[in-house]
Order: sequence, then structure tokens, then C-alpha cells
Amino acid sequence: MTRLVVVGASLAGLRAVEAVRRDGFDGEVTLVGAEEHLPYDRPPLSKEYLAADESPDPRYREEATFAGDLDVELLLGTPASALDTAARTVTVGDRTVSYDGLVIATGAHARTLPGTEGIGGVHTVRTLDDAIALRAALRGGAPRLTVVGAGFIGSEVASVGRGLGLEVTILEALETPLARAVGERMGRALTHLHRRRGTEVRTGVAVDEVLATDGRVHAVRLADGTEIATDVLVVGIGARPATEWLEGSGLTLDDGVVADETLAAAPGVYVAGDIARWPNALFTDVAAGTMRLEHWTSAAEQGGRAARHAVDPASAKPYETVPYFWSDWYDGRVQFVGIAAGDHVEVVAGDDAEGGPFTAIYRAGGRIVGALAVDMPAEVMKYRRLIGKRQSWDDALALAEQRRQQRAEKQAAQQQSADQQGARA
Amino acid sequence: MRIVVDWDRCTGMGMCESLAPDVFEVDDDGSLILHTEQVAQDQEAEVREAVAACPTEALSLEGPIET
Repeated sequence: MTRLVVVGASLAGLRAVEAVRRDGFDGEVTLVGAEEHLPYDRPPLSKEYLAADESPDPRYREEATFAGDLDVELLLGTPASALDTAARTVTVGDRTVSYDGLVIATGAHARTLPGTEGIGGVHTVRTLDDAIALRAALRGGAPRLTVVGAGFIGSEVASVGRGLGLEVTILEALETPLARAVGERMGRALTHLHRRRGTEVRTGVAVDEVLATDGRVHAVRLADGTEIATDVLVVGIGARPATEWLEGSGLTLDDGVVADETLAAAPGVYVAGDIARWPNALFTDVAAGTMRLEHWTSAAEQGGRAARHAVDPASAKPYETVPYFWSDWYDGRVQFVGIAAGDHVEVVAGDDAEGGPFTAIYRAGGRIVGALAVDMPAEVMKYRRLIGKRQSWDDALALAEQRRQQRAEKQAAQQQSADQQGARA
Repeated sequence: MRIVVDWDRCTGMGMCESLAPDVFEVDDDGSLILHTEQVAQDQEAEVREAVAACPTEALSLEGPIET
């Protein structure tokens, strides 16, 4: 193995090149990125990066680090346009780059509403340039923000908008937001978080047309004819894997690049990050087939794994993981581990009726497969371990009971010390 | 070897706890509790994983492993 090529210069791509160098791989390494920017931290773009008036450059590493410590050739600003798995080459602009091992980590594109291209005031949030444009728009002095899509990105943008004092409306096609991500009941619970902070959430509505005057959005028309006036429109309706450049490459494309359990998509070709669709052996007994995750954690892990496998295919091992994502809403945090499959959800701490704080766990096949926490940051990671070890539902309930006691003891101790201070005063 | 926490960066995401629960724990208010600063030899692998898994790159390691 003499040459590793990594296509995609976001988190998974960065972790790919760093992992093999840390292991001592001394061949050539090339990192190809469609954007001009050095690899940067994406989660903050819909959160603190939008919320703060002055934000630091979100780049992960300086250019000198790639040239120096990492000894990585950077090809930034031009997307890869073709892959030839027989010749083992990738086309980047007018260059043909040869590889012995390849990692594909080209991520995903934000979905847009058809017909809104070029309309001023309409935004998506995926790239750094998107976020720069949106943070300026949110500070433009116009009071109304409408968000299409009550998913995590849309919810984060809505939260930031409220924090900046805007009037915020979320339009969601589903009756229950986030039903696929967290289930029906928990989707309703999360919706409370918006409503109690004054964000209007309209569910079960379809956007028919984005209305513009002089090239700027001024309203959204719903399928029932209702017009919602707005100054800024954010489209947060998900992402589609960036696989268009792989059409005709012979790789299996099906909402992502389909790979085996070691993340291999073809001999010498491994996938990582938002684009990777693979069988996660930890859950195939309760959720058949493959999964594709758009989470920071899996992108980071898969990047390292895929690159190690690409430079040494003989060492390739199945990759399994307990998915984890977090989302910052208003001044709280939503955390989810595992999968939202199964036959039962149980709230084991707090109360979901008003949107939290609470913790809920998910059961499938007699074991715990997921956990959701709203503003209870100490809880989910304890369940993540149980899920990863395929522990039983009873084990999960026992942990929940133990946590209940620990919280009660702590509260009693705090109360006692407060009482003592009160007595002294 | 010693664990160094950049407290300005840490937001209590908890990946470290899920990988090395004897060393890291997120408290009820989201702050990180470091149960030990010195990394024992038998903890090295999981602590390295935890450091690498931090979404805010708040963790690093310093100094040699004690034998």
C-alpha cells in the first residue's frame, strides 16, 4: 500500500487521514475536498456559530498541520467527479488521482425546495458558507423567520432565531415532528420545547410555493392556500447523500453507498460518514438491513476505521456502533443514543408531558436499544453502554432505578446543606 | 500519563463517559467529573479512545505511561 486517497474533507475525511498517520502509515496521502475551506466543525453551524455575534473560525486544523505533521496533500475547491474502480483512479477537475486504497466520505447535500434557487432570503444550513449567509440574514433587522422542517437542524435554527428575538414559525409536513428519529410519543414531547419558548409549530402542512417579490422571499403558501408572511426562510428538510459523482462507477448506490460490515464498498474502497450505508451488526436482530447515519460521532469513528481498512484490508473488522447525536434547543440539550425502533418507550426520569427534563428508554427484542434525554446530560451515556453490550431490558430498568435513588440521595444532601445554611443565616 | 481537560471547550457531551466510565462521568448539570487524572496502564486503550471521541476536542493526554 503506497497511496491512500480520501475523497471528502469534512470530519470523516479528516479523521481518516489522521488515523493512518497516527498508526505510522508512511505512504502518500491525498485529501480531496469540494469546498475551498479547510476541514471545519459542522455541528456548531446551526447552533452557537449562528447564535454568537462573533464566532471563531470553525476549522479543525491549520493548513500547516496538513503540510507538516500530517504530511497530507490537500486538493481543495474542486469536487471529485468520477471513480474508476478497475483502474483505481479518481477524477478531480482535470486531474486523475491514482489510489491503492480509497476512502469515500463526500457527505451529503442539504435538500432544497424546488423552484427556490436564487430567491433572496431563502437559506439552507449545511456548509460554512451557508452558515455565514444565514447568520447575517438573522441579524438583518427583519423580524420574521420561517423554518420548513421540524427536524434537528430546523429546530436548532428556530431556537437560535427565538434567542435573537425573532418571531419564529416552523412548518412540518408530518403530523408528529421527528417521528422517525425518536418515535411518535417522543416527537410530541420535543415539540413542547418549541411551544413553551414561543415558537409556533404547524404540523401536517405542505409548502406549496415560496412567494417572492423582486427576487426576495416575502411569504410561503401552504397547500390549503394559507399564506405565511416571512422575511427569512430556512429550509431544513434533510440531506441527500452526495453520490452523484459515483453514478456508473459500479458501486451500489441506494440512499448512500452500500458497503459491507467492514465499510468496504469495493476492493480497496471504503466509505465513511453521511454517505455510508452498512449493516450495523449491533442492531440487525431488531432492525433488519443497513443503516446510514448523519451523526458527528459515526462520521468520526467511520473515518478512522475506513482509512485503516483501506491501507490494510487484511486487518478489516466489522464496524458496529451505538449511534449518538445531540441537538441544542434554546438553552437545553437533546441527546439520543441507539435506535428508535421497538415495541415500547418508557420514561424513566422526569416527565415528557411538558417537554422535560426527562429521560426515556426504548425496548426491542427484550433488550434496551435506545435512550433519549432532554436536559438530563448525566443519563444517556450510562444507557449507551448497556445498549452496546446488548444488555437486557431488565438491566436497563435496574439502572434506571439505581439512577433514581442516586438523584434522590443527592437532592436530599443538597436540601440538607441548604437547610443548614438557612439555619445559620 | 495524565488527562488534561480544556474546560472552556468541554460541553458535557459524554462520549468519554460511554467509553471509559471509570475515568469520566458527566454530572447532572452537564459538567465533567474526572474520577482520576492519572491514567493507569490497563486504562490506556479506553482513555485514548475517549480522548479521540470527544466532539469538542476538549481532552488530551500528557506525559508518559507509568509502569
